[in-house]
Amino acid sequence: MENDLGLWVIPLAILGGAIRVSTPFLFVSLGEVLTERSGRINLGLEGTLVFGAMSGYAIAYLTGSPWLGVLAAALGGAFFGLTHGLICSLPRVNDIAVGIAIMILGMGLAFYFGKPYVQPVAPDLPSINFGWWSDVPQVKAALRVNVLFLIGAALAFGMWWMFRATKVGLIVRVVGDSTDAARAMGLRPALIRTLATAAGGAFAGVGGAYLSLFYPGSWNEGISSGQGLMAVALVIFARWNPIACFGAALLFGGAGALGPTLQSVGISEGYYLFFAAPYVLTLGVLIATSSPSRAMTGAPGELSITK
Amino acid sequence: MTDIDGAIEVETLHMTMRFGAFTALDDCSIHIKPGSFHALLGENGAGKSTLVKCMMGFYHATSGEMLVNRKEARIADPKAAHTLGLGMVYQHFTLVPSLTAAENLVISREDAPQVINWRAERAALQAFMAKMPFQVPLDQPVRALAAGEKQKLEILKQLYLGRRFLILDEPTSVLTPDEADEVLGHVRKLCEDGIISVLMITHKFREVTAYADEVSVLRRGKLVGSGKVSDLTHADMAAMMMGDATLAEPGERTGGAGAPVLQVQGVRAQDRSGHKGIEIANLTVHAGEIVGIAGISGNGQMELMEILTGQRALLSGQVLVQGAPYGASRKEAFSNRVRYLPEEPLQNACAPRMSVTENIAFRSFDVHDGSKRFWLSPRDMRDRAANLVSAFKVKTASLDSPVQSLSGGNVQRAVLARELSGEVDLLVISNPCFGLDFSAVSEIRARIMSARNKNAAILLMSEDLDEIMELSDRVLVMSEGRIAHDTPIAEADIATIGHYMGGHA
Repeated sequence: MENDLGLWVIPLAILGGAIRVSTPFLFVSLGEVLTERSGRINLGLEGTLVFGAMSGYAIAYLTGSPWLGVLAAALGGAFFGLTHGLICSLPRVNDIAVGIAIMILGMGLAFYFGKPYVQPVAPDLPSINFGWWSDVPQVKAALRVNVLFLIGAALAFGMWWMFRATKVGLIVRVVGDSTDAARAMGLRPALIRTLATAAGGAFAGVGGAYLSLFYPGSWNEGISSGQGLMAVALVIFARWNPIACFGAALLFGGAGALGPTLQSVGISEGYYLFFAAPYVLTLGVLIATSSPSRAMTGAPGELSITK
Repeated sequence: MTDIDGAIEVETLHMTMRFGAFTALDDCSIHIKPGSFHALLGENGAGKSTLVKCMMGFYHATSGEMLVNRKEARIADPKAAHTLGLGMVYQHFTLVPSLTAAENLVISREDAPQVINWRAERAALQAFMAKMPFQVPLDQPVRALAAGEKQKLEILKQLYLGRRFLILDEPTSVLTPDEADEVLGHVRKLCEDGIISVLMITHKFREVTAYADEVSVLRRGKLVGSGKVSDLTHADMAAMMMGDATLAEPGERTGGAGAPVLQVQGVRAQDRSGHKGIEIANLTVHAGEIVGIAGISGNGQMELMEILTGQRALLSGQVLVQGAPYGASRKEAFSNRVRYLPEEPLQNACAPRMSVTENIAFRSFDVHDGSKRFWLSPRDMRDRAANLVSAFKVKTASLDSPVQSLSGGNVQRAVLARELSGEVDLLVISNPCFGLDFSAVSEIRARIMSARNKNAAILLMSEDLDEIMELSDRVLVMSEGRIAHDTPIAEADIATIGHYMGGHA
């Protein structure tokens, strides 16, 4: 305000916030897109996210390298995804119920193992300053972009390309759209789904590492506040398209930044309501994209919620 | 693509397949000459699919052997069959709906590259298509293709994969008569050109006479006849298929149409995809009349059924029963004596895990002497179920068995027993005989006819044109959510109806 930005601080802060807050949404939703495109739902990604946050923070603290932390979070996430995938491959197992169990397990394990790491300070992930050209501190702050955000954006485009022009991508789509067709082709749907779910878990784990290693940048039990679950709604909103996921993650990130922004410009009354913006947005998105009389377009045919 | 060129000759010798004590296929020898179009006829459960599954390596025959191009072939699994150039087109499409035709073709190839160079693949596909007698659009998602196009794509896919002996499993079951003629015409041309040999499973005599060179007939696992199609009449083939079984004739038609019972006026609703609308300007069914609705599945029949059962909201218009607006609540259905027989009754008209007794009681469990009852009477339910089960010849291990343990025909009979007991003024039926064997089919059709003769108004939706022609007093055709054609049965003409079904006229 010393630079007389006036009300411009609000959109600026929301933009910066969107970039900062959207990264976990982006990673979790990319993981969920991969999982759901293979014909399975993983609601356990919330637990995977929290476990990733804990393990990433712990390893970064113990080794001094944030990138080893990210790797550990990805491995942890892949482990949870693999567990989910293997259990769901058993006959008559419901992926929603298993997902909820995995979610609670992941959070429980994270809290159990994470107790000793609430106090210590782990190194942050590096970020790149795209605001060097400006003297305005708000602009500088908004354009300090974390490397993981850029990696996530690249992955969104990479995944889009993979689904379109690689054998692996087409096979995942085949398996997700028609088990019969996949079998007739000699593919093994259960194996492919399990691998896709494991890879999706790794994405969610990385999203968690971002939470604890960059923003908010510490490990505590309330770190996720439901991003992992909201990402599932986000995937439906994005119609299972990775690039649309990128846009949707920015939108959700912006909504998440609304509360803190208003608080920072001194609106003290009712700003708490704006903290609820992402949740309201989730509800709104689900209502807007639902229809009692229409089948969902773009949904993989083998998904248990669309069958 | 494999390097096999030209049609393949296939022969089975004394093939037998036993599942435990049950012999599904008994000493079956058939010979498909190179470039011939061979039809395989038989009722449900006659062993046709067992035979082709043995040929394709899904099953391993208990005894007997197979010759491919006169050399003995051991087929361990479908992959081995594919390497020999044997391919199968399944009854249900095995294309992936959300992928485009081009993506479907490329990904089905064994040697599909890790990274697909679409420009090169597209050029190769176009070169391949140019050599084929028929084309399909490559860039649309398969979901958007008509059934006939999908079937053509399935056949193209087999050729693209280098298969030169094709097994077609009821390839025309989801096609209009025009589409069926087109597809089979192309297949016949491919055979005549010596590009492929074909073994087609079917039970449509018309297609056998029009397109096949030779025919083999199976009954209860045994080969009961074979020969050149030109030497056989429909009656000969039917006699071979049926053996000495006798069929219940559909009852005589007695009485004529009475007062209108069901009227659908100016109804508009959304279809399942939400992209197309359902628009029924006027549909009336009178007492003592069967109105048949012909059409390819997916042209709004399912939605019409949902409108009549109150499962789909109307955007405008109204449904009248006996002249009064009808909302399909249980109370209205009861007081107007409206009954339903939806397709796939196990899913749509039963609670699969509840017992036969309970399922039969769905219409009556809370009624006693015309008034509501609070406490159930298990004894009444049981007596009623016992009576209906014997009257409708439902075969069940016991009245307490879950209804899902019954065979398809018996589930259909149980639901029919429930829906046809007592007085019926309006009966709405969808595909009542889908997947049932001859004797169940004729019995169920006879029941429908006798309900009509007792003055019920009947709306019959069916994908089986023969069924419509046999039962209806009036034939309508539904196409793209509309009633496209309306004709009394006396003036109904299969060719015209076929044109309307295809949306051409």
